[in-house]
Amino acid sequence: MTNDEVKTIDEPAAIPSVTPPSPDSEGRYYTRFSVPQRYLHGVLAITFLGLALTGLPLRFSNTRVALALAHAVGGFGTILFFHLLNAVVMTIAFLIHLGDVAYRVVARKEYGLVWGPNSMVPRLKDIQDFFGNLKWFLHLGPKPKMDRYAYWDKFDYWAVFWGMAIIGFSGYAMWFAPFFARFIPGSWLNIALLIHGEEALLAVTFIFTIHFFNTHLRPENFPMDLVIFNGRVSEEELRHRHPEEYKRLVESGELEKIRVQAPPRWLQNFGWVFGTSVILVGFVLIALTIVAFVKE
Amino acid sequence: MKWSAAVALAIAFAFNVLADSPAKSAECLTCHDEKGAGFQASVHASLSCTGCHTDKKGYPHAANPVAVKCESCHTDPVAGVNVSVHAKASPQPCKGCHGDPHGILPASDPKSSTYPSNLPRTCGACHGDLKFAKSHGLKEVYSQYMDSIHGFALTQDGLLVAASCSSCHGSHKILTKSDPNSRTNRANIPSTCGTCHAGAQKAYLAGIHGQGMQTGNARAPVCTSCHTAHQISNPNVVAWQMKTSATCGECHQDKFKTYHDTFHAQVSALGYMETAHCWDCHGFHEILPATDAKSTIAPANLITTCGKCHSGVTASFVSYQPHADKHKRDAYPALWATGIFMNLLLAGVLGFFALHTLLWLIRALGERTAQPKSAG
Repeated sequence: MTNDEVKTIDEPAAIPSVTPPSPDSEGRYYTRFSVPQRYLHGVLAITFLGLALTGLPLRFSNTRVALALAHAVGGFGTILFFHLLNAVVMTIAFLIHLGDVAYRVVARKEYGLVWGPNSMVPRLKDIQDFFGNLKWFLHLGPKPKMDRYAYWDKFDYWAVFWGMAIIGFSGYAMWFAPFFARFIPGSWLNIALLIHGEEALLAVTFIFTIHFFNTHLRPENFPMDLVIFNGRVSEEELRHRHPEEYKRLVESGELEKIRVQAPPRWLQNFGWVFGTSVILVGFVLIALTIVAFVKE
Repeated sequence: MKWSAAVALAIAFAFNVLADSPAKSAECLTCHDEKGAGFQASVHASLSCTGCHTDKKGYPHAANPVAVKCESCHTDPVAGVNVSVHAKASPQPCKGCHGDPHGILPASDPKSSTYPSNLPRTCGACHGDLKFAKSHGLKEVYSQYMDSIHGFALTQDGLLVAASCSSCHGSHKILTKSDPNSRTNRANIPSTCGTCHAGAQKAYLAGIHGQGMQTGNARAPVCTSCHTAHQISNPNVVAWQMKTSATCGECHQDKFKTYHDTFHAQVSALGYMETAHCWDCHGFHEILPATDAKSTIAPANLITTCGKCHSGVTASFVSYQPHADKHKRDAYPALWATGIFMNLLLAGVLGFFALHTLLWLIRALGERTAQPKSAG
């Protein structure tokens, strides 16, 4: 599958002509996310769901649903095993991302990753965009023109980044408690569990409500933005959602370089199925979480 | 006259003497043959009929029998029953348990109604009857006992040393548990259980629970407070262990609550036994406060206690607080501050974005209605 996907993006001409054209195929498509980036999101989505599924029963261990799940999968031992497995996979993905960023910045000197319109690092424009957006919400001004990453995209990124670091570190501290206790006081393990649980609760609530809305469910994108699954935006989408980036790409002539074929039907379908599944599981989990939290 | 009187006296004497012997009891059995078979095998077989039926001097005799008095031989048991809860149970309480006096077998006989493994069924004839139990304001303990480790060992495995009803309640002088002299009175329970469980009794009396009980603390638990009276489980059974932390929590509510905030309790609640439950750290019968140097939770012993589960335990590791309370600012300032910070973080981020999302939703929906064909 990896090879196929790489081909569809890097060698558009190689797409077999039998691929049925998708409904949007009349427009032009441009690469927004690379295959590794899409895989990173996919791995994060799956492991995040896995961690939420196996972690929430612990945070709300007194609920019937938690007990039923533990019974269904063969006891807490199974839950813990999958929690740790997902944690390790997510950690590896996180480290690969850090390594990738470091490599691109240090070895390939892509300083644009550290600062500028293609960087995740917040800029003055993000603050301006935020207030501009607030004005737009209240009919007090025009819709601000976003660049490649809107301020909520950056918040999503850093929330997950900080979440993985904090939850991950506190999690490993508890997993290897006697080892970590050589460097930190044992009483910090009490704090580790509190942080781990509360930060995870924040992450679950944020991803399953705010992130889902900001990227997929808001009326402009409803019911789903498939860009993270197929990696492509149509010219229309790029122009409307990232007008600053579009303008810059047109002016620099870079736009034509990232032009790709329309996403093939199977990839669209895959995106729909994957995205819908994740969102549905997320909604069930957030509903159970809210019920458990209110009852607590 | 003198002659006839002498003959009558001789016959009467002869009857009397002969009827007093087992051989002559056979004479009674010519009429009362229905008593015969059981009687010959009974514990009373060596006695004569008139030994108990003292009003019967010969034949013919009065038809209406005078009640036999068991206490003429069994003085102590009857005296015991007469002050017991069974004193007014029936006009003839002995028969209730021992059955037909003519067929009574020694308690050592496996067929006896009072043989250890038969005793629960004998008592259960009344106490296993739901209607009976209800009408007498009693708990239905028979089935509870039969499913307990005692009942199972005795009636299923035939382990005769396992506790039957009389082991704890006594057999004749059964007193209600509110009676200070009752074997099942709270103050007497440790010694009653200690009859068999001498080691547990010794440990219990040395522990803080036993000491509290001995010094008259009405809230100090006795054996049955934790183990129950009739539903006593094998302590190695997971289902019982799962419930036991909550049992401790009935009294130690604050500790149970803070235990619940820990990973130990969370995984335990999901059925994982390889985690610390109350007794894993505190012990069970000989529970001592941390101030006691012999306590499992005395500071000097923590490395050993935590080390039962955790390998590589250090002095730093055992500064972990298994009952930390994030609401107690003075006792756990760092945890308290973290709790406040996390609450603010959650409320801040989610509150902020909830508002942001709501405003966005309203605005975007309005836009969509105004320009239904605008690009999405």
